[in-house]
Amino acid sequence: MKTVMDFVVKENVRHGNQYALLRLSPVRGTMPEVAPGQFVQIDVPNSRATFLRRPISINYADQRELWLLIRRSGVGTNALCDIPQGTTLSVVLPLGHGFSLDVKGNVLLVGGGVGIAPLLMLGKRLVMRGIDVKFLLGARTSTEVLQLDLFRQTGETRVATEDGSLGHHGLVTTHPLLEQAEIDHIACCGPLPMMKAVAAIARQRGINCEVSLENRMACGMGACLCCVEDTTDSGNVCACTEGPVFNINRLKWT
Amino acid sequence: MDLSVNIGKLRLKNPVLTASGTFGYGEEFADFIDLNRLGGIIVKGTTLYPRQGNPYPRMAETPSGMLNAVGLQNKGVDYFVENIYPRIKDYDTAIMVNVSGASIDDYVGVCERLQGLDRIAAIEVNISCPNVKQGGMSFGTTCSGAESVVSAVRKAWGGTMIVKLTPNVTDITEIARAAEAAGADAVSLTNTFLGMAIDVERRRPYLSTITGGLSGPCIRPIAVRMVWQVSNAVHIPVIGLGGIMNGRDAIEFMLAGATAVQVGTANFIDPQVSVKIVDYIGDYLQRHNLPNANALIGAMTT
Repeated sequence: MKTVMDFVVKENVRHGNQYALLRLSPVRGTMPEVAPGQFVQIDVPNSRATFLRRPISINYADQRELWLLIRRSGVGTNALCDIPQGTTLSVVLPLGHGFSLDVKGNVLLVGGGVGIAPLLMLGKRLVMRGIDVKFLLGARTSTEVLQLDLFRQTGETRVATEDGSLGHHGLVTTHPLLEQAEIDHIACCGPLPMMKAVAAIARQRGINCEVSLENRMACGMGACLCCVEDTTDSGNVCACTEGPVFNINRLKWT
Repeated sequence: MDLSVNIGKLRLKNPVLTASGTFGYGEEFADFIDLNRLGGIIVKGTTLYPRQGNPYPRMAETPSGMLNAVGLQNKGVDYFVENIYPRIKDYDTAIMVNVSGASIDDYVGVCERLQGLDRIAAIEVNISCPNVKQGGMSFGTTCSGAESVVSAVRKAWGGTMIVKLTPNVTDITEIARAAEAAGADAVSLTNTFLGMAIDVERRRPYLSTITGGLSGPCIRPIAVRMVWQVSNAVHIPVIGLGGIMNGRDAIEFMLAGATAVQVGTANFIDPQVSVKIVDYIGDYLQRHNLPNANALIGAMTT
């Protein structure tokens, strides 16, 4: 059940100058059930420059806390990255349709940049279900490989950096793991060109693949019809309700 | 406290309606509010045939508002009648259908399909969508265009008919008078203002259609002015909308002459705002020792 809740910022952990991890806890009441790949809509407090809420992917959630990993990409996310500890935030959650959990075989979770955010909880949930999970994380440089320790604690983790400062030198899509390893299912979140490249590899190799889109949206609950994605089966559908996670077979990506 | 108001023969339990295209079919908000507390729900613009709408991207945030270019995406009136109406008809609120079209035959065709659905409290004839090339707003920008659609729909629809006006005209009172003369039971205004925004770094428009409809509190003072002008120009009820974000804003429209209000873009930011506005109006009437909601209509003193 979707709800509007106040959360308090328990901690704002900066990762370099581009990223922040907000650890939130409900002001009152209990955390709603959330699924990996779902997102929240946050009202940016005291912001004259923003009007709409900001959709942010859920990085991790348990019964007490909600984690949001945010990259500075505009006025809204900038303000959220600078938010002081103790601030109260109005949050609409949980929104959207997350990643499939009933997957089998060798599962590879591929993340790029801040797109690694939903893969942490997804990986933890899949491991709890006894599934063998590997992570492949990409970033521009080693300091932007976020939450590496947490991913390593969860499963085998490979890294690709564009400058070669950590792991494979090059884009995540050129990592040998994608071309060579036996993979039955890929879950992917990152910049659009990266997801399209991963989808192309998956399609070529006949691997089942899900991607998480971040189409520009207003309401986040299927009312405004702004965030549509053109699909093979139903034409334009709301990324906020039918997604953000889609099987690549539904997408008209070439 | 009596919050009820009348739109023609239709009695609303309170003056708060949700604006078409901002509230889905109501169900999208059922987790957040008790829909039965609303004065009414105006469902998504419905056309004779399914429409895919405009290509993505369709939205841009602007100062105190947003642009949209959805383009009347909907599954068509048959789908509404067969699949959606049965799910929403038993809500204890006035269900209204926003009727859109590219030709007069389209509007009439939708109305004929809706005729006989006893839980449709009213139709809102949309002659004001700025985001479709043919029809829509083109009917709403001339008196003869408005007259032709409204008089044709009047023959096809026996129930309450609201006509939704575009603000993208030189004199909205003329269009309102034409709609009244052609048989409208009420007018609603305003639809969105035609606008545009450019991503200067990429040197591209934010919207696939380049231009789109501007909504949100940035348009409110203009909409309030137009509601005031129109309510002084026609004898039928005026339904006010345009950037209402809270109860205070709703009262402002009623003082300007609106009999009821529609809450639109605000639903995107606070999915509970519509019922908060209902509560606010009740509290306001009590605080100002006013007997009922009707006492607010056009009650501005100058």
